[in-house]
Amino acid sequence: MTPDGAPPQSIPALLALNADRFRDSPAFREKEYGIWQSWTWAEAADEVEAMALGLLALGAQNGDHVAIIGRNRPQLYLSMIAAQSVGAVPVPLYADAVGDEVAYVLDHCGARFIIAGDQEQVDKVLEVQDRLTGLERIIYLDGRGLRKYEHGHLTSFDGLKQSGRDARDRLRGELATRRAALDYDDTCVMLYTSGTTGRPKGVVLSNRNIIETSKNSAEFDHLRPDDAILAYLPMAWVGDFIFSVGQAMWTGFCVNCPESPDTMMTDLREIGPSYYFAPPRVFEQQLTSIMIRMEDASLLKQKIFHHFMAHAKKVGPRLLDGHQVGLWDRLKYRLGEILVYGPLKNTLGFSKVRVGYTAGEAIGPEMFDFYRALGINLKQLYGQTEASVFITQQKDSEVRADTVGTATPGVELKIADSGEVFYRGPGTFVEYYKNAESTASTKDAEGWVATGDAGFIEEGTGHLRIIDRAKDVGKLADGSLFAPKYVENKLKFFPDILEAVVFGNGRDEACAFINIDLTAVGNWAERNNIAYASYQELSQHRRVLEIIAGHVSEVNASLAADEMLSGCQIARFLVLHKELDADDGELTRTRKVRRGLISEKYEDLVGALYDGSREVTTETEVTYEDGRKGSIKATLVVVAGDVVPRGMKVAAE
Amino acid sequence: MADSPVMELRNITLRFGGVTAISDISFDIREGEIRAIIGPNGAGKSSMLNVISGFYHPQAGEVWFRGERRPSIKPWQVARQGVARTFQNIALFEGMSVLDNVMTGRLTHMKAGLLAQAFWRGKAEREEIENRQKAEEVIDFLEIQHIRKTPVGRLPYGLKKRVELARALAAEPKILLLDEPMAGMNVEEKEDMSRYILDVNDEFGTTVVLIEHDMGVVMDLSDRVAVMDYGRLIGDGTPAEVRGNQDVIDAYLGVAHD
Repeated sequence: MTPDGAPPQSIPALLALNADRFRDSPAFREKEYGIWQSWTWAEAADEVEAMALGLLALGAQNGDHVAIIGRNRPQLYLSMIAAQSVGAVPVPLYADAVGDEVAYVLDHCGARFIIAGDQEQVDKVLEVQDRLTGLERIIYLDGRGLRKYEHGHLTSFDGLKQSGRDARDRLRGELATRRAALDYDDTCVMLYTSGTTGRPKGVVLSNRNIIETSKNSAEFDHLRPDDAILAYLPMAWVGDFIFSVGQAMWTGFCVNCPESPDTMMTDLREIGPSYYFAPPRVFEQQLTSIMIRMEDASLLKQKIFHHFMAHAKKVGPRLLDGHQVGLWDRLKYRLGEILVYGPLKNTLGFSKVRVGYTAGEAIGPEMFDFYRALGINLKQLYGQTEASVFITQQKDSEVRADTVGTATPGVELKIADSGEVFYRGPGTFVEYYKNAESTASTKDAEGWVATGDAGFIEEGTGHLRIIDRAKDVGKLADGSLFAPKYVENKLKFFPDILEAVVFGNGRDEACAFINIDLTAVGNWAERNNIAYASYQELSQHRRVLEIIAGHVSEVNASLAADEMLSGCQIARFLVLHKELDADDGELTRTRKVRRGLISEKYEDLVGALYDGSREVTTETEVTYEDGRKGSIKATLVVVAGDVVPRGMKVAAE
Repeated sequence: MADSPVMELRNITLRFGGVTAISDISFDIREGEIRAIIGPNGAGKSSMLNVISGFYHPQAGEVWFRGERRPSIKPWQVARQGVARTFQNIALFEGMSVLDNVMTGRLTHMKAGLLAQAFWRGKAEREEIENRQKAEEVIDFLEIQHIRKTPVGRLPYGLKKRVELARALAAEPKILLLDEPMAGMNVEEKEDMSRYILDVNDEFGTTVVLIEHDMGVVMDLSDRVAVMDYGRLIGDGTPAEVRGNQDVIDAYLGVAHD
């Protein structure tokens, strides 16, 4: 890649290379004041230098940890590279983390500096500052509301850069030395895993991990310097680091930051990224909103939409995979592109998507096909923080809804006897920070890492199929297989169901908690003149329960068809009176269900599912966004699901 | 000068026919403070605000602005002097977008002639860009970017209130008059609005005069509080002083609590 052939050994070195290669093309863009402002590669390198010098002026040492907290903004990405430039380790945090979580991480990594996005983040840090002995300085980006704060420990972003520029002559030599000393095996970044269980762990990723992974995955998908992405996922998430820093620096494409989290959809449409990642949830929300809006459209438009969508479902995915399609079908698809698919993709902001990925959760096959039918090259990947994201991904011509693809180049896979998936490769993490015990139990001497997921490699194709979390896979009382996540995903494929939690390990039958999706169900209620005053009331409405019961029956029917999993049919369920929320600890920050905590917290409700109650009254503590607590009371109805008796299928055969 | 009065109201009396809305009230507004006016319904608070904004002309008394007596002038002239306001019952252009509504707040800053504006040439173009920049800064400040292009009529109440504040702010006022900025809001919206009012005061040094019914909000936000009852001023001072004033307690607050 470099003129002299040696690959750059660090992100700052890649940035320097790009500043040279791509000089005046945009490296970052952010919408502010209604206009897309951009940083060219040269400007980015210049800004990083000023910040790095500023950090040196503050006394940053090799190996220091610099925490970064805030929403996706170019300056924050650049500040991570600035930290790397002085030999420090950037530690991005989740912007919506609460004070305690922030305190834990800052304390655990012993951060001396924290770069905070705005007043909200500064307040969070100040609140827990007393507990942190190591923290010396808070650097803030957006100074709004901070004017009257006591500035003893506070420095503005501009102040940091200014002090860096002022000290340029004095510290330039030092910066060059530190930058040159960066080694391929030095730490590139430390990311705290959201942790489905226990305290988050600091995953140490080296330059080798990040750069090799970025290189392999970028080449796999033929990413180009003229690609563009929208950086809107949490900066603390490994995926964002790989896409917005690793691959962006390796390939030299442009990273675009939305104006605010609320304007994401508008910004997506304006930027029209060519490389796009979203968790299934985002695709689901978009599909739901399309369908809701379609229902409001005129009859003619509805007819055209449904007619062409049916055609797209028939031939779209096959065209995308490069299969032979008849002339008439191709012509009709072209017409559909003009009338329906094109405008629809434009509205969604997907007109230019060349490579789209989804991961994190299983995606519903219908939803997956919907996007692929439109001609959007949506694929799945399987990964985790410890692997620097990529373990497996799908090749352009081998995209399927039910697998996560084949091993990423350079990655080896093996399946243990227990069914657990193991991998090793260039992206395999160095260690958990200050946690040798966990490191040893996750990564063995040969470098194989346990994913914690149970799955199998499909014979013939080599595709990996994930069934469930290995620790969640259990047995019902009669010894048959219990895979809660598998069932939950089936339930969640219904737009009306936002979240589901299935219980049953060691019990006679499987039962479920269900969260309705307020957008979809609320819209249905409006359409059917059903009045409701609150989420709680809607969730317990008789007709809502009937609809959900219908969905449960469908899931049960499909489970009954699977010999291995027919025991997992939902015998009874209840619709929860509140949305499961990360602020209450019920979901992780990446919105995965925390099964153990939920079954403890709602012990009374689980009890009611199994003791034959018809309804149950409960009181639940909730945490508001500002950290205050309140409680809600509700009476929930226990509904029985239609269970297809086991053996019936056998009888039919 | 932090403590100098930017506006003084001297012995103001305002009558509508036989009804005396305000009788012989004097108080001042200091540069950079948050000044609250409170009182029961019909006490004359909004009338007072209308006197300040030049909408009503008192039968007796004087308004002193920046050390000079202000003659009876039209509200738009008052606006030119740097006084902007929001209304108790939102007065926005419902069919126009948020951005356009905020831009109307820049009207007092537009100087290009009708013809120049129609052809959008030279000065008019420069002005438009400058005004849009200011409007966008306010939109950013109040975090309403996501509804920039949404017609105001489609917005929920709490956001409309925020848009109205945005329009007032776009005028870059020296004095901002807020008539019940938090009426009808839920706790979260009130907290947001309080935050914005404090930030405006803090960031731009804008003097804020507000009428509000929510005592918690008033006592937390204000530097000084004027209390009115039946058109008379019955108390004036810091929140703590007002809370301890017996007349005020009798008339309005009930019992002081810790």
